[in-house]
Amino acid sequence: MQGLEDLYREIILDHYKNPRNSGQLDSPPAHSAEGYNPLCGDEVAVFVANDGDRIVDIKMSGQGCSISRSSASLMTVAVKGKSVAEAREAIRTFKNMMSIHEAALGAEAEDQVTPADLRTLGELAALQGVVKFPVRIKCATLAWNTLSQVLDEIEAGESN
Amino acid sequence: MEAMTTQDTTDTLDVARIRADFPIFDRHGEKPLHFLDSAASSQRPIQVLAEMDEYYETTHANVHRGVYGLAERATEQYENSRVAVGAFVGAPDPSREIIFTKNATESLNLVSNSFARGLFAPGDKVVLTKMEHHANLVPWLMVKDQMGIEIVYIDHDADGYLDLEDLDAKLDGAKLVSLTLCSNVLGTLNPVKEIAARAHAAGAVVVADGAQYVPHIATDVQDLGIDMLAFTGHKMLGPTGIGVLWAKAELLERMPPFLGGGDMILDVRLDGYTPNEIPYKFEAGTPPIAEAIGLGAAVKYLSALGMDKVRAHEIALSEYALRRFEEEFGRDLVVHGPKNPLDRGGVLSFAYRNVHPHDISQVLDQFGVCVRAGHHCAKPLMRTLGVAATARASLYIYNDESDVEGLIEAIAATRSFFG
Repeated sequence: MQGLEDLYREIILDHYKNPRNSGQLDSPPAHSAEGYNPLCGDEVAVFVANDGDRIVDIKMSGQGCSISRSSASLMTVAVKGKSVAEAREAIRTFKNMMSIHEAALGAEAEDQVTPADLRTLGELAALQGVVKFPVRIKCATLAWNTLSQVLDEIEAGESN
Repeated sequence: MEAMTTQDTTDTLDVARIRADFPIFDRHGEKPLHFLDSAASSQRPIQVLAEMDEYYETTHANVHRGVYGLAERATEQYENSRVAVGAFVGAPDPSREIIFTKNATESLNLVSNSFARGLFAPGDKVVLTKMEHHANLVPWLMVKDQMGIEIVYIDHDADGYLDLEDLDAKLDGAKLVSLTLCSNVLGTLNPVKEIAARAHAAGAVVVADGAQYVPHIATDVQDLGIDMLAFTGHKMLGPTGIGVLWAKAELLERMPPFLGGGDMILDVRLDGYTPNEIPYKFEAGTPPIAEAIGLGAAVKYLSALGMDKVRAHEIALSEYALRRFEEEFGRDLVVHGPKNPLDRGGVLSFAYRNVHPHDISQVLDQFGVCVRAGHHCAKPLMRTLGVAATARASLYIYNDESDVEGLIEAIAATRSFFG
């Protein structure tokens, strides 16, 4: 089961079994969005409390497989306390890592996610193995796409 | 066309011999293939593939159009398949009552759209169950949005049996009842014969979704007492892209056409058209000719095996699986739906400890075990089961005890990751 060891890293299973920042925030004042994977029925809700440009608190709830749940948990840890712009950058880097096209290009593609990127990603790099299981990429990106919607909402609110 | 299956005179299916007819079991790779996802789509035997190749290599031309020999032969083969498929489900007048569609979904959309175009009035009542596949749910919800019909649902109990307690009240004033013969999630074989009789007494038309039933159980539309039956080719050894609607001729005569275009008309003027006779009235455009011929070969293959033997095989294998699950996993593994193998098709949706179905399916894949994980296009049913998804193993003619053992070994292996 060598392939599976790449997918089910210890960090992932830890975040799956002990999810961080699990729960909800009152919305409003917090901003929130829901994401669905119609393929499998996975659901996630992301709640963000912001102070201006800063993400002061974040919670996630919902149901899903180990990959979708652990990715959501890791995401909350990665962006809590960050600015909206930094969170957007984390989303971009994470989704790059999840890009199936880059994975398909083989060795050269490894360069697409730079060592610096991996340092930025920290524990999130554990999810890199998901790319080898294309069907699961949508599980891993569900929470991130949902966070992206919340950030859109925050920025739309700020510009009003 | 080697390994041609002939009439088998024994009581049970010879699975080894059947598997030899299915190239995929030799060619898919190094690991043995435990294909337990036939409820999503079955595999197909060389006899079906060869028949379609033969057609393309020697016969193809468009049907119902050319006057040359090739076109006549293509038309003859296509129409012969219609009759064979109709005979397979006991249609009294197959050459007029069998309509070829794209899949069971299109067959049901044909019915819902046709009724919406002329036979439904706003406020009419349609009765469904809460265990319908989206294919027998969304088309009716669309008609509800379009013209305001009322949809009433027959409930079911925790073991997946329909609750017939207040059936007559629900049927009162109903225009149409549409329900599955076999649930694709619970496996429940619904008492359609009884429901049809009571629905007719209430004056309703009865539509049955046979997608999970016709491939597995000898089907006789007259014995079932239904008015219409939808099913699909790719779940019964045939190709994708071919579905079937059987309906009583007198009903088809009254139903307005669904798709418009060539072949479905007798005459077209700039200000109107005259629809063709049945079944052509419902077959617009060039039909899936090779696919229909492939489905004809599939029903020939199944008939040669004997549908009673197919059913007996699946009951025995379901029984074996349920017993082995119990032995190996006890309460850690829960199979949804009826506990009695006689009350269910060969569909085993299960939950194992708290492992998410996606993760189960992923680990199983490493063992060459193919199962479906997800909501099985039955989201309302998933909600009543209180789960977002299930893992589903489904059985067919080429499965045997070794597939069940492969499944059990793989399920046990999920514990190395998920404790």
